[in-house]
Order: sequence, then C-alpha cells, then structure tokens
Amino acid sequence: MSVGLDIRLKRANKVYHEGEVLAGVVVISSKEAVQHQGISLTMEGLVNLQLSSKSVGVFEAFYNSVKPIQLITSNIEVVKPGKVPGGKTEIPFEFPLHAKGNKVLYETYHGVFVNIQYTLRCDMKRSLLAKDLSKTCEFMVHCQPQKGRLQPSPVDFSITPETLQNIRERVSLPKFLIRGHLDATSCVITQPLTGELVVENSEVPIKSIELQLVRVETCGCAEGYARDATEIQNIQIAEGDVCHGLPIPIYMIFPRLFTCPTLETTNFKIEFEVNVVIVLQDDHLITENFPLKLCRV
Amino acid sequence: MAAVQWHSRVRAYESELRAARLEAVPLEPGDPHPLKSITVTDSKSRRGGGRRGSTSSSSSSGSVAPDPLSSMLDGTDPLSMFAAASASEAPTLSHTFFRSASYVKEEEVGPDFEPWSAKRGEILARFTTTEKLSINLFMGSDKGKAPSPNSTVSEKVRNRLEELDDMEEGSQRELLNLSQQDYVNRIEELNQNLKEAWSSDQKVKALKIVIQCSKLLSDTSVIQFYPSKFVLITDILDTFGRLVYERIWSMCSDSRAMPESFTADDVNDTAKETCLNWFFKIASIRELIPRLYPWQLGCTCHIFIGIQETLPRLTAMIRGIGDPLVAVYARAYLCRVGMEVAPHLKESLKKNFFDLLASFRQIHSDSVQNQLVLQRVEIPVYLTLYSPAINWILQCVSYRAPETLLTEMMERCKKLANNALLLNSVMWAFRAEFVAARATDFIGMIKDCDEAGFPKHLLFGSLGRSLACADPPENERLSILNEAWKVITKVRSPQVSTMDISIAQIKFVDFTKREVNTVLADIIKHMTPDRAFEDAYPQLQSVIRKILNYFHDFSVLFSMERFLPFLDMFQKDSVRVDVCRSIMEVFIKHQQEPTRDPVILNALLHVCKTMHDSVNALTLEDEKRSLSLLINGFIRMVSFGRDFEQQLSFCVEARATFCNLEPVLVQLIHTVNQLAMETRRVMRGNHSRKTAAFVRACAAYSFITIPSLTSIFSRLNLYLLSGQVALANQCLSQADAFFKAAVSLLPEVPRSITVEGKLRSSEAFLLDFISNFLSTLLVVPDHPEQGVLYLVRGLLNMVQDYTWEENSDAKVRVYISALPLLAAMSQDTYLYAIPKVDSNETLYGGDPKFLAEVNKLCETLIGQVLDHLKALGRDEGAGVRKQGTLAFSLFGCLLAHGDLRNNKLSQLAVNLWNLSHKHGYCDTRNSVRTLEYIKHQSQQPDMAHLSEMALRLSLQSRA
Repeated sequence: MSVGLDIRLKRANKVYHEGEVLAGVVVISSKEAVQHQGISLTMEGLVNLQLSSKSVGVFEAFYNSVKPIQLITSNIEVVKPGKVPGGKTEIPFEFPLHAKGNKVLYETYHGVFVNIQYTLRCDMKRSLLAKDLSKTCEFMVHCQPQKGRLQPSPVDFSITPETLQNIRERVSLPKFLIRGHLDATSCVITQPLTGELVVENSEVPIKSIELQLVRVETCGCAEGYARDATEIQNIQIAEGDVCHGLPIPIYMIFPRLFTCPTLETTNFKIEFEVNVVIVLQDDHLITENFPLKLCRV
Repeated sequence: MAAVQWHSRVRAYESELRAARLEAVPLEPGDPHPLKSITVTDSKSRRGGGRRGSTSSSSSSGSVAPDPLSSMLDGTDPLSMFAAASASEAPTLSHTFFRSASYVKEEEVGPDFEPWSAKRGEILARFTTTEKLSINLFMGSDKGKAPSPNSTVSEKVRNRLEELDDMEEGSQRELLNLSQQDYVNRIEELNQNLKEAWSSDQKVKALKIVIQCSKLLSDTSVIQFYPSKFVLITDILDTFGRLVYERIWSMCSDSRAMPESFTADDVNDTAKETCLNWFFKIASIRELIPRLYPWQLGCTCHIFIGIQETLPRLTAMIRGIGDPLVAVYARAYLCRVGMEVAPHLKESLKKNFFDLLASFRQIHSDSVQNQLVLQRVEIPVYLTLYSPAINWILQCVSYRAPETLLTEMMERCKKLANNALLLNSVMWAFRAEFVAARATDFIGMIKDCDEAGFPKHLLFGSLGRSLACADPPENERLSILNEAWKVITKVRSPQVSTMDISIAQIKFVDFTKREVNTVLADIIKHMTPDRAFEDAYPQLQSVIRKILNYFHDFSVLFSMERFLPFLDMFQKDSVRVDVCRSIMEVFIKHQQEPTRDPVILNALLHVCKTMHDSVNALTLEDEKRSLSLLINGFIRMVSFGRDFEQQLSFCVEARATFCNLEPVLVQLIHTVNQLAMETRRVMRGNHSRKTAAFVRACAAYSFITIPSLTSIFSRLNLYLLSGQVALANQCLSQADAFFKAAVSLLPEVPRSITVEGKLRSSEAFLLDFISNFLSTLLVVPDHPEQGVLYLVRGLLNMVQDYTWEENSDAKVRVYISALPLLAAMSQDTYLYAIPKVDSNETLYGGDPKFLAEVNKLCETLIGQVLDHLKALGRDEGAGVRKQGTLAFSLFGCLLAHGDLRNNKLSQLAVNLWNLSHKHGYCDTRNSVRTLEYIKHQSQQPDMAHLSEMALRLSLQSRA
C-alpha cells in the first residue's frame, strides 16, 4: 500500500512576495483509506551562513558555522488524527507571509557561503507500524521592489596594455585596444546585462572573450568576517579572432536563484561583479572588473 | 453408354438476329436522352467530417440509378485532391516546426519560397570529403541518476547544472579517423539517442546531446566537409526544436484549446514557466556556439513568451564568432529560423546581411589563410563553401523584397572589393527578372573580378541560370551573349573549360539554330582536348536538356551539323544511354505526326540503336521495358505514307537493329500486320498482283519474326493474329501455315507462366486462346490436299495430347466449346465470312458426307465428355460438384446447338439436366432462368418440341 504525499502551490512559478498569501493544496493519493496521526504543514525561511575554510580553517569552518537565521516560521495542523479516504484527496491551505519580528524576508538566493531558502514541509504522522511521510517543497520569495528611481549609470571602458594592473612583465605584452561600454552597472535583476565591446585592434589574434559573473559573499561573525568571491557563470561572447571594428554585443541574463538583489545586512553581505575576460591566442588573460549593483523594480 | 447421334440444329442466323434485337421505341421529342449525363448535386454535410450525403436529382426518368462513376468524379477527383493536399502540406511540413501554420502566413511566405529542405540534399551531395573526420564528444558519465522525487527545486536545478557542467569537464570521448559515412552514421545515431533520451524523460541528456552537436559546428578541421556537417547537425537541432515545441504546445493545450493564431497572452503559466526554464538553461551555456544554436532554436518557443527582441539580439551575437565560415552558417541558420518564426520581421534579416557584409573581410584574414595552408585547401575551393549559406541568406532577405532594397543591397555588395563570391550569390538568390534586367551590368562586374578568387565559370553559370528563368531585355540579348562569349573564349585553362557549358545554359530559345550550332561547336572544341568532357558529363547533359527544352522540331535539331558530334562526346555508356533516353522522351512527347524525314529517322535510329546496344544479360527487366517503350514510340511515329514497301524495309532494318528487345519485335510485327491491312484498305480488298505479292511479303516477315520471340503466348497470339491478317488478304497458304504453326506450338505451352513476377497457371490463358482460335477456324477453308477439317482435328488432337493439370477439366471444357464451332460449320450459310475467301460452306456446299464427318466428330467429343462426367461421378465431393457444372454446360450447349427434335439427343439433354441437379450443386437461379428460356423458345415456330421437354425438366432443389 503506497501513499503519495505532494504539495502543489497555486502559482506555477512558485514566486511570492512578503505580505502575500502562500496558497496551495496538499495532495494525498492512495488506493485505500489511510490511517494517520495528523498531518501538519511547516513553512520556514532560513539564512544559512557557512564560513569558508579558506578564511577560517577547516575545523572552525566545520564547527563554527554560524547559526542559521530564521526569517519566518509557521506551523499548522492540516488534518487531525484520523483517516483519509482512498483515492485522491486535496486539502487546501494558506499561509500569510509575514516576517518574524522586525525582520525582512530576503530574496531567495543560492550561493556558496550564504543560502537564503524558503521551504514548505508537509508531515504525515502515522502509527508505529508505518513510516511517517514527509514532503518538502521550496518556494521562491522575491523581495519588495526597491523604492526610488534606479540610475542606469553606464560605464565606458577601454582596455590597453597601459590600463592594466597586476602584470608581471609589461614589456612582453602585445599591443591591443579594446573599447566598450556597459549600459548599466546598477542593473535590474530581471533584465539582462547589456553593452557592447569593440576590438579596435590587437596584435595577437583573440582566442575568446568571456563575461564572468562573480558573487562576493561576506559573512560576519564574532571572530571577524570572511569575504569570498566565486564564479557563478561564465558566458563566452566571442570565439576566435573576431572581426575588428565590429561591435560585439555584451549580453548576459542573470541566472535565477543564483542571483538576488545586492544585499547588505548586519550579519552578511551579497554582492556581484562582472569580469570581462579577454583571452589572446598566446594565452594572455586580460580581465576588466566591474562591480554591479542588482536590484528589483 | 451407346454413342450419341449428333444432329445440329439448323440455324437461321438472320431471323434469329432480328428476333434478338430489341424493339425500336420511337423517341418523343420531349423525352430526355437516356444517355444524357445525370446531374448530381452533391451537398456535403458540414457536420460529420465531410461525410458526403449525395442527393442525386436526376433529370432523366426515375428508374435511372445515379451513375456511381460520375458521382465519384464530381468536383476534383480524389487523386488530384490528394496531390493538391500534399503539395500544399509538403512545404509546411518539411520546413516548419509548427503545427499551427499561423505564424507562417500565406502572404508572408508563399509556396514560391524554396524551402531549406530542398537545399539540404544538394549540399550533402556537393560537399564531401575523403579525409578522416573526428567527433569530439564530452558526454560526461552517464550516471543516469533520476532526480529523487523528494529533492527540492534548488537541488534539482543544482543537479541539472552539475550535469551540464559534467559534460564540460567530464570524460571526453573522441572518435578519430571516421570516414564520411561513419560520420553520417554517428550523427544519425546521436539523433536517435536524442529522441530516445527525450522520450524516456531525460531532458537534460537530450539538451546535452544538442549542446555537444552544436559544439561540433565550431570545429572547422575538415573544412571542405563543413557545409555538409552543418546540414547533418542542424537536422538534429531541428528534431530537438520540434520536441521542445511540441512539449510546450501540449502544455498549452492541456487546459483548453489554443486558438489557431495565439499570442503570448494566450499561453498559460505552466507553459510559460517551462519555456523560461529552457530559456534560462540555454542562456547559461558557457560557450558561444553551443549557446547560440539552441538559442536560435529556442526562437520557435519564444512565440510562447514573445519574440520581437530575440532575433536582432541573436543577429548581433553572431558577430562574436571569429571564424567567418562558422559565422556565415550560423547566420544562415538564424535566417532560416527567422523565416519560419517571424517572416514579417524583415529588419533582422536585413541586418543580418549587412553584418555579413561588414565582416566580409574576415574571409581574407590571416588566421583563415593559415588554416587553409594547414589544411591544404585552395582559396577558390574554400570560397565555394560559403555559397550555400550566402545564397540562403540572400534568398531569405530578397524574398518578396522591394526593388529599392535589392538595389541597396547590390550597391553595398559592389563597394566591397573582390566580391565575386557575393556576386555569385546575388545572382543566385535575387529574382531572376532583377538580374536579367541588369545582365549587362553583371557581365561587367564579372569581368572585373579577381581571377584568383572565385572561379569565373561559376559566376557565368549563375548568370546563365538567372537568364534562363527570365528574359533579358530584347535588344541586349545578342550583345550579352557576345560579351559573355568574349570573356569565355579568353579563358583557356583546361580546368575552367566547363565554363562555356555554363554560359550555354543561357536560354537557347533566344537564339536561332545558327547560334546554337556555333555554341555547340565551341563546346566541342573546348572539351575535346585531353578528353576534358569526361569530367563534365553532368554539365553536358544539362546542355542537351536545355536544347531539348527549346527545340521540339527534330528536323531542325538534327540538321544542326554539330548536334550529333556533340552527342558523340558522351562516351561513357550509362551517360550516353541517359542522354538518348531523354532525347527519345522529348521526341515521343512532342512529335505530333508520323514522320518520314530521312534525317530524323537516321539520327533517331542511331539513338535508339545506342539504347538497344546498352542492353545486356545484366540489364534489369524494368530497364528493358522502359527502353522498349521508347523505341516502340519511335517506331509508331515512323510512317512513309503510301510508300508501303519503304515502310516494310524500314521494319526489316529495325528488326535487325533491335533484335534483343522482345517488345520491340512484337511492335514490329504489329506494324507489319497493320501495313498489310492498310494495303488492303487502300486496294479496297481487291489486291492487284503487286499488292498481293506485298502482303505475302508482310506475312512472310511476320512468319519468320515470330519464332524468335521467347514468350509462348505472344507467339501464339501473334500467329493467330497474323493468320487472320493473311486470311483477310486472301493469302490462304500463308494463313494455313500460321495456323499450323500455332497448333504445333500448343504442346509447348508450359503449365505455368510468370505474370507480373508471380507464377500462375497458364490454363486460363490457354483456354482463352483456344476459344479465340476455334472461332477463327470457322472461316478457314480446308486445305484441298488434307482431309476434312484438318485444322480442327489437328487442334483437338493437340488438346487431347496436351498434358493438362491433374484434376483439371480444361480439356473437357475445350471439347464443349468446340461443339458450337462444329454446329456452326454444319449450317448452310455461315455466321460470318471473309470477303473473297470461300469458306467450307461453299467448298462443300452442304455435302452430306461433310456433315456426317462433322457429326461424327461431335459424337466423339460428346462421348469424351460423357466419359469424363462418369469418371467424375466416382469421386465424392469436389468431383460431384464439377460434374454438375460440366453437365450443365453441356446441357446448355445441346440446347443451343443440338437438334432436340431427335429423341436421343433430347433424352441426353434431360439426363444431363438431371445429372446436374442430382447433387444439388446447381445454381437454382440459373436453372430457373434456363427453364424460362426454354419455355420462351418453345413458342417460336419449329420449336414446339421444347415445351414437351420442358415438362420433363424438374427443379429438384425447389422440391
């Protein structure tokens, strides 16, 4: 006898905002009637912080992981102990999304050292003979649109051997001139990052031009703080020796879940940067970094 | 049983015929004509899916049933309806993913837009390689871990992304040293894998395959093969695009039916979400080309979430591709997708083209040059690799484009240096009228082109192709030809000698015989050195085809003195036969009247001989048949009018020439027979000494030709036919010889023959033939030196000796069918006769001895039949059934031809009736009708005896 337990949210995209109502149904499907000790639903929003082993050492990273921050929690009993009849039973439920105390519901984010996650769990307790059933389902929270008008703040850049920092032998560097612009460095998260890039000239043929999206996560705790930059995604925008003088579009969509509006709290920070990486045929790697400010409107 | 005495009934054919005629009914003027076509109004019921309820309101009398044939043929006939349907479906099916054709609106892409699928085969055939290829696949480890049902969304996403990463870093599988065929097979395998993965719900694996395939497109290692590779791989991509599209479509139509032309607003959330998922997944692919192609594919799905910006963005993204060849094909693909998804968005197509122009100089960049040196590919070869893609792009852009846009594009092309490649594509893709109107310009541009770059003969070929479709201005035609010719004759290198052929494709209809002749002469001059024509058969063939398209007057064609030498250039047998075949096809199609022109006859005889000579032991039956058909068509078209002797001698010649093709020989015999009958018609049946000799010669021709046939039945039939013809022409001894030959051939008839590849019993054919033969024998007079009824006896003897199939009563049936003949022979006047030939009626004049002879023969036959019936009676079951039918047919024969006033005969008839009813195997309706007939007959004068007999016949089964 198998019992199926499932949670179905009303919205197909599973995206909710603070103050809204999370609604859906618990679906119990079974051929025969199911005896149970109660069905309950738990909604929880957590920020998980993890210290990088790089900044604090392996052991501390393991033990000292900072206590998760609970943003929201709620528990209701959907059905009292009893019997669910055979067939497919749908039990509707609703949760108001209100943060605990004076906290804010941060936007869902999956990172390396910081994770902001909202889950909905359904538990069916059963008698000793049968195993308890449980089903978890994640839902997304988008934070409230930021107030105030967003300044697009475009950036022009031009990269030549002279503009570079951090190089060992400036002499061996081939000549090149790459110009371009980003349409905005403070970006709307739902809109792609756009811009253009022109290879005006280059002594050595170009092998590849890439856009690297980087997250910078900062966790603060009693012992100080750790700041780590890791790659989210890398998008190639040019391959091979591209035509000189012809503008190549810079275009990158911010991946969902892995990006969120730039966030700064007392305990942690999430920021983003983009690198324009130019690889030359002789494997010279030229990187230009732009910090981004993401927001949701 | 004692021998039965046979007495034939005396027949008065004339009065019987009169009696058998229907009464003439006077036609009143008001009556509708009974044969007038019935008007059928066909009202298709709307509901019920086109089930036709045909209400026939016939204007004729009510008893006339609606003609089933005419009711079938109302409107369009079903076949052409199918053809029309498939014609209209074919382009949509083959080049669009969509089930709803709403996005490809008729006014935007008409059927005159040549779809990609048409180009596909051409590209595959053209760009091949003998070099070793390699496929580089990073398929990752096939962990096949199904996402556990409990995992959260983020886990799932992470899993998937990991899997995607897997294949970037994962185990690399490289297949080296693949031949082209292996490569194609591998790709096909991938295509299958993709479908399997998709159907087994491994969507990520499917996407992985697609990404890997796209990645192959960035590899230009065997550059000559690239266009074909592109075609193969885009096939896979198309498959994938279709799958994704169908999935999302099914999601949409789950909840409610989608309107035919839907917009993004009509799409439900789940479908949109799935769409966005795909979209995000694709957008995060690391490398440019593997991202670009699926993204383009994704365009089809952008319908669900809105599309306007995608195309221009993708167009811009292609700029990031460094390799010009890879870029140009990516553009071609984008154009293709664009044409399918949003043909109204011309702007992005145009932008695409201008981007192409902007990056055109890349083709001559250093990195490309280095690569070419490395792969040892010459520039002209390399440039031709571009043409399919550029052609396609231009075709898309210029499709129904306004004149101004075309001119603008032309101007932009002109500005680029060394634009031969573009020029070529422009000529290919632009409207033929546009090119034709500027033909002089184009020739000027072609002349200016750099010799080292694109081969010039290809340019002229493209120009010629355009000019073939549309006429250049009247007054310029000759100058165009002259100009072009001047350029061409300057180029002497053997390699480009094919060039003149291309130019020769210019519409020949514009020029007179003299000019075409000159062109042909020039081609011959160019092609003969070093046997250059051996490499150029396809082009030469196309020249021939062009000429044949425009010259239907064969006397003009063959009077060109260069035409036959031109034909002689086809020295490879298969090509030669092909050419001959196409000539003959055109001849048969367009020659309206029979001809006797010696030029045509000679030339065509030569052509046909070439075809005939290609036949050998290995030739397939079908091939032989089609060749024979062509040659027969020719023979039918030959007529020397009233010069019959000439015609006969032509047939003699033809027989010598085409001795290996049996159908041709048969045709020749028919022709000669026809000739004989024609002679008879001309002489109105009275042959003079000369014509008599001629028809005898015809008979002799047939007589010696027939034995060379292998098919026994065509031999038999031809003997019979020729015998009849000889008889009709009063050649008695010849006719006798034919019939004798036929009779003596009978024992050789095999018991089974192959009909349409299947082994069948020959019995039915043989019975048919014998019946036919018997009816002819009525008019054949006996040979004075042989005995009475020499041929009939001979035939019956052969029938007796022939080894019939076991358990078959064919022999008896022959006997029964011989009875009517014998009865007819004993009449005073025969049923039919041949003018000027005395049949036996006159020869014997009703001599009692002759009649006795005939009767004796009948008695023998009846005796034989009765013996057989007796033998059948011993066998229960099948034997009895057969006995019944045979007895009944003998009864029928007696009734019709025997004199039943004779007691014994009538007793026999009654016995037979009873026998046939004894076992109840008789068809009752048949018996009832027979009985009615007898009663009806008995009312005739002299037939009163029948009524008495009718009383003795009982319908046992009714009892």
